[in-house]
Amino acid sequence: MSEIPVGHPTVNTTDEHPISHTAEREVVVQAPGVTPGKDWVIVTRGLKREYDMGGEVVRALRGVDLAVRRNEYVAIMGPSGSGKSTLMNLIGCLDTPTAGEYWLNGMLVSTMSDDELARVRNKEIGFVFQTFNLLPRATALHNVELPLVYAGVSGDERKRRAKHALAQVQLDDRMHHRPNELSGGQRQRVAIARALVNNPSILLADEPTGNLDSQTSEEIMRVFESLADSGQTVIMVTHEPDIAAHARRVVVLRDGVIASDDRRSTFKQSMGIS
Amino acid sequence: MPFLEAVRLAFQQIRVQKLKSFFTLLGVMIGVMFLIAVVSIVEGMSRYVEDDFAGALLGVNTFTLRRGADARFGNVSTEQWRELQRRPRLYRSDIDQVRSALPQGVTSAIENMTFAYAVSNFGRPKQVQAVSTENSYFAMKKYKLTSGRPFSPQEVTLASKVLVVGSEVATHFFPGLDPLGRELRMGGSPYTIIGVIEPQGSVFGFSLDRLAIAPYTSPLARVTNPLGDVRAFLVQTPNAVLLNEAMEEARSIMRGVRHLSPSQPDNFALETSASALSFLADLKGKLIAFGTALPAIGLIVGAIVIMNIMLVAVAERTREIGIRKALGARRRDIMRQFLVESASLSVLGAALGIALGMGMAKLVAALTPLPAGVALWSIPAAVLLGAGVGIVAGLYPASRAARLDPIAALRQE
Repeated sequence: MSEIPVGHPTVNTTDEHPISHTAEREVVVQAPGVTPGKDWVIVTRGLKREYDMGGEVVRALRGVDLAVRRNEYVAIMGPSGSGKSTLMNLIGCLDTPTAGEYWLNGMLVSTMSDDELARVRNKEIGFVFQTFNLLPRATALHNVELPLVYAGVSGDERKRRAKHALAQVQLDDRMHHRPNELSGGQRQRVAIARALVNNPSILLADEPTGNLDSQTSEEIMRVFESLADSGQTVIMVTHEPDIAAHARRVVVLRDGVIASDDRRSTFKQSMGIS
Repeated sequence: MPFLEAVRLAFQQIRVQKLKSFFTLLGVMIGVMFLIAVVSIVEGMSRYVEDDFAGALLGVNTFTLRRGADARFGNVSTEQWRELQRRPRLYRSDIDQVRSALPQGVTSAIENMTFAYAVSNFGRPKQVQAVSTENSYFAMKKYKLTSGRPFSPQEVTLASKVLVVGSEVATHFFPGLDPLGRELRMGGSPYTIIGVIEPQGSVFGFSLDRLAIAPYTSPLARVTNPLGDVRAFLVQTPNAVLLNEAMEEARSIMRGVRHLSPSQPDNFALETSASALSFLADLKGKLIAFGTALPAIGLIVGAIVIMNIMLVAVAERTREIGIRKALGARRRDIMRQFLVESASLSVLGAALGIALGMGMAKLVAALTPLPAGVALWSIPAAVLLGAGVGIVAGLYPASRAARLDPIAALRQE
């Protein structure tokens, strides 16, 4: 871990990308209020989040500048208390920042109201949770249909798209089973199908393998990888280095700021994995 | 979320928790049940009164000229009572003038009525309703005779001591005998029975077949109206339009006869079946008001129960709410889901209550002399009431659910 450069801003150059990360950051960060280019699916500028805990202000995020291109496969890592859950909630539009800008797919999300955020969550974000978060009484098919229900898609179209999404994760033979009739891996695949059914801009996974054994974890990681290969932007929050190693870019948070931001090759080198 | 989707979801929730849902909607069910039963019984009574009582006793398109209102119920103040006592009586001369002014096609009859004892050689003395009237009375009352004939205008003119009796009078005084041509004594005079009216049934347990009708010129007048006045003058018109015309004509003639100045009120009464029934409408309103107050308390309790259960449901399903919010449910989607759920519970309770209430009304009608008729308006009213109770009860829990923070809700175990 000691090899990971600590500090902010991070200077990091790789040969894979013609634009260095520093250059990226300058492009997007030094222009507050400017809509990022079409290429950028996520841009945050000086993102801060403070909580009031009984009179004591906890600064969970202290200014995060993060830019994610379309089709990237990013892992966000960090020890507990580093602010990665807070960042994940902000990226997932479940929370609003205390200060700073958050642009998602060209929209300034950080100033949106509750209901507008709900719309954005519905259209732009596909969540995959550690605890799957499937509705226990609904069948797999209905669970996958749920985002479409809130998107106002009519019944037949909804069924068709939900079946298609389940087929993508090879679960079309299990669509009438309830979550408690499915294995952990199958449940997580249902959750992935649900996340994908609305064709979101980003797939946001929070410790997606936290409740799975290593074999099933590998299986889920393969699903993520094939999604990333097919052009889906994937953002994954995890604290397991070998899971993060599947991503092609690893952002490490520490004490509410980005400690490092590595492309795959350097990250693997730094972690001693190859 | 579309409305139908919310309804489907609500019923799925109810189905999953059948027993809990049943106890939840019990309060509304009982409230609506008694509501429907009370309204049905009151409605049945009033319909019965309007159809049978008004039709049989007062007649349609008919008005009655009287000294004072006969069908007066409720409290009368001393002043009112004194005013009634001061009124002049109606005499035949008044009636003749009114009759001569009535429009064409209108029938009329003097009707004097009292209860009097009758005696025959074959039965014990019994009180009957003695009526002294004119021959047109039979047509106005639509009496059909099972045997014999009504009396003729000549018999009225000649003051013949003839009698047309109701079926109960015939069977009581002449058991197993043909009453025609036999003698019935009333007020000390013998009368010959010339006709028997077919059975009319009863109203509120009061038999309409204990009648004895004689010409108003006959000695029976000394029993029915010993003061020599006319108790009532019945006027029947072929239609409602003519009824008003005839009433106004009668009123103006009577005011002329009485030398009333325009500022003075009528010192006689013109009654229609509607005016006689107005007290019943009043009574019906009071019965419904008091009869529904108790079930309304049941509904309030039912609403509180539903609110409680919905609050529990929101607490239990916090995680579900969090998932739905994460997947894009807006506040109004969550709000609608829980409102529809509590309204569905309540409407289901109301539906069960309607069925049970109708059954209860039928049971009451079968076991007691109280009539019952389910008022059609009460069914949609009860359903709307149920929905309203559910929505009001669900408002607070649903808004709590809608305002939940998605992050905190997702974290809930």
